[in-house]
Amino acid sequence: MIGYLLRRILGAIPLLLGILTLIFFVVHLAPGDPTARFFSPNVAPEVIEQMRRNLGLDQPLHIQYFKWLWSFLRGDFGYSFGQMRPIGEILPEVLWNTVQLTMISLVVIFAVGMLIGIVQAVRQYSIADNVLTFLALFFYSMPSFWFALMLILIFSLKANTAGWPIQFPASGMTGVEYDYLSFGGKVSDRIMHLILPATALGIGSAAGVARYMRGSMLEVIHQDFIRTARAKGLSERTVVFKHALRNALIPIITLLGLYLPFLLSGAVLVETIFGWPGMGRAIVDAILQRDYPMVMATSFVIAAIVVAGNLLSDVLYAVVDPRIRTE
Amino acid sequence: MRASPNVESSPPEPLPGTAAGMSGAGVRPGGAAWTGIVLSVLAWGFVLSLFFLSRERLWGMGRGGRITADLYLAAATLAAMALALAYYTVRGVRRRQSGVAKPRGDSQWSIASRHFKKNRLAMAGLAVMIILYVVTLVTPLVAPYDPAAQGDIVLTRNLAPSWEHLMGTDKFGRDIFSRVLYGSRISLTIGFIAVGISVTLGTLVGALAGYFGGFVDTILMRMTDMMLSFPRLVLLIVVIALFSPSIWLVVVVLGLTGWMGTARLVRGEVLSLREREFVQAARALGMGDWRIISRHVIPNTMAPVIVSATLGIGQTILTEASLSFLGLGVQPPTPSWGNMVADGRDALIEAWWIATFPGIAIVLTVIAFNLLGDGLRDALDPRLRT
Repeated sequence: MIGYLLRRILGAIPLLLGILTLIFFVVHLAPGDPTARFFSPNVAPEVIEQMRRNLGLDQPLHIQYFKWLWSFLRGDFGYSFGQMRPIGEILPEVLWNTVQLTMISLVVIFAVGMLIGIVQAVRQYSIADNVLTFLALFFYSMPSFWFALMLILIFSLKANTAGWPIQFPASGMTGVEYDYLSFGGKVSDRIMHLILPATALGIGSAAGVARYMRGSMLEVIHQDFIRTARAKGLSERTVVFKHALRNALIPIITLLGLYLPFLLSGAVLVETIFGWPGMGRAIVDAILQRDYPMVMATSFVIAAIVVAGNLLSDVLYAVVDPRIRTE
Repeated sequence: MRASPNVESSPPEPLPGTAAGMSGAGVRPGGAAWTGIVLSVLAWGFVLSLFFLSRERLWGMGRGGRITADLYLAAATLAAMALALAYYTVRGVRRRQSGVAKPRGDSQWSIASRHFKKNRLAMAGLAVMIILYVVTLVTPLVAPYDPAAQGDIVLTRNLAPSWEHLMGTDKFGRDIFSRVLYGSRISLTIGFIAVGISVTLGTLVGALAGYFGGFVDTILMRMTDMMLSFPRLVLLIVVIALFSPSIWLVVVVLGLTGWMGTARLVRGEVLSLREREFVQAARALGMGDWRIISRHVIPNTMAPVIVSATLGIGQTILTEASLSFLGLGVQPPTPSWGNMVADGRDALIEAWWIATFPGIAIVLTVIAFNLLGDGLRDALDPRLRT
């Protein structure tokens, strides 16, 4: 098991190096550079030239590449032109915000998705199954940004004008009066701000998990050992949750790694809509400001999270299915 | 699985790679007449309703004002479709009268199409898809208003849905319904072309990696893994924002970032196909690698590729909408579902219809493609047929 783990981790290193190289060349081969936003009749060309020299942009591309790679590997991510702060300071903040959002929606996705999938599989071809299948398809086919807007429209704006008892804030991580709240108030304020974005982010993937779970559960439920379990006189509950669920979970675990890129992609949109100060918004802002070091650092961190997620799901898979390890 | 004699019908499937040499197994008489008649009646109804919808425009066609070339193209498409339907009807009727049945064998594709036709949801998806593409082609005839024509800024601004404006108007007084119709053109075309690019590329990469193995396989698959570790949307916005956004850039980049799934799928298939007898036979006959790959290996991987392409179109439409929503896809004067939702975002309270209807259009389209893809998978994968 340890050997398998080591092999997988070592295999990820060239992958990460390749990702770094790809990011660097995509960003640097694009026309325009960070000094472009200082172009104006009031700025002398010499000043721009000096700026380029200070930033090291006048050097040949391969020299820039190795310099950047070397400092990156030592943990120095550079300096953000857009926010005028070292990236090492910005990253932990935005990363933490995104992690909060994605972790909550990950929990929601798997809890809701698996529950729905199990219900559907146990009651195959019933009305509930058909309705849930259609709902899953509906949410699975829905663009998350549109769903986010609809959530805001209904649960925030309409709820506000109609004076519903429950209203959700439309944007931000905390309310205006956050600093004056008691501890309990702070927690509930944060949770209220999390609900809409987490729902918008998670619902599509939850529907996907439900679809997989249904298929996986059905496959298991029709096998002989389930019939044996029933014949032994075990209660339906034990059969479903103990015998069937455990075996149906194996393919679901790989989804954990597969949904991470989806979630991070979705986070870009959802964070932009809900004004959530996380990675997704940071990368969009950085790109619009042509803040190269920030673009490279954020996209690398996102890619690294995805690689780590895949690694995690492979390892989990090996834990539940011993046949994988000995391959 | 049950054999169903006498039920099969309708125009031959346009799917490639039909194994025609397998006749003898279950020859069935074909009766295309009823399908043809039903289809042509529907088509005629469609033409009539189009005519009523756009009477004034047809009469005023010569006077110009709108995009005339578009209009001629749409009319020509419609005429061609009507002719094709008429041809199939006449042929079907004639064949039924003469009583001569074209012998048809049970190929992989005809078995699959039989299963597919039994799947009502998948057929509904197919119907919606066909309607969508027809609407795309004849948009100028169906759309009641010019999508770019701005109304009176005071009188027709943010009008609620009514009979006059089926889906209301936006802040410039433009008709949302017409814009949704024109937006379907952009979204569907982009989805189609981008998936075409990515499926071609993915099949090629997967086939090469699987067939040659070894060093080629390692390089190509590491590249695939690398591309897979970027969330697609992040990679897209980085590339598109750094270069200047335009429709063609969006199409190409969507195509170049969507091939990895297909590549993995094809590689898996090719790995097992490579060892089969027919490939060995081809090799023994002295065929070149390229010929074996393109003529013997790739055609046998097509079933899962078609499924993933169908599902891929839905996903690509979603991604394109997301990009346009962020302002990085199709640029504003051209309507696309994504940038229309973005327009509606500013006016969510006073005009909910601006963002709602394009969103519903996206959802319906993607549902249709997902239903179709699921149905195709059930029909094409022998293990899933029940």
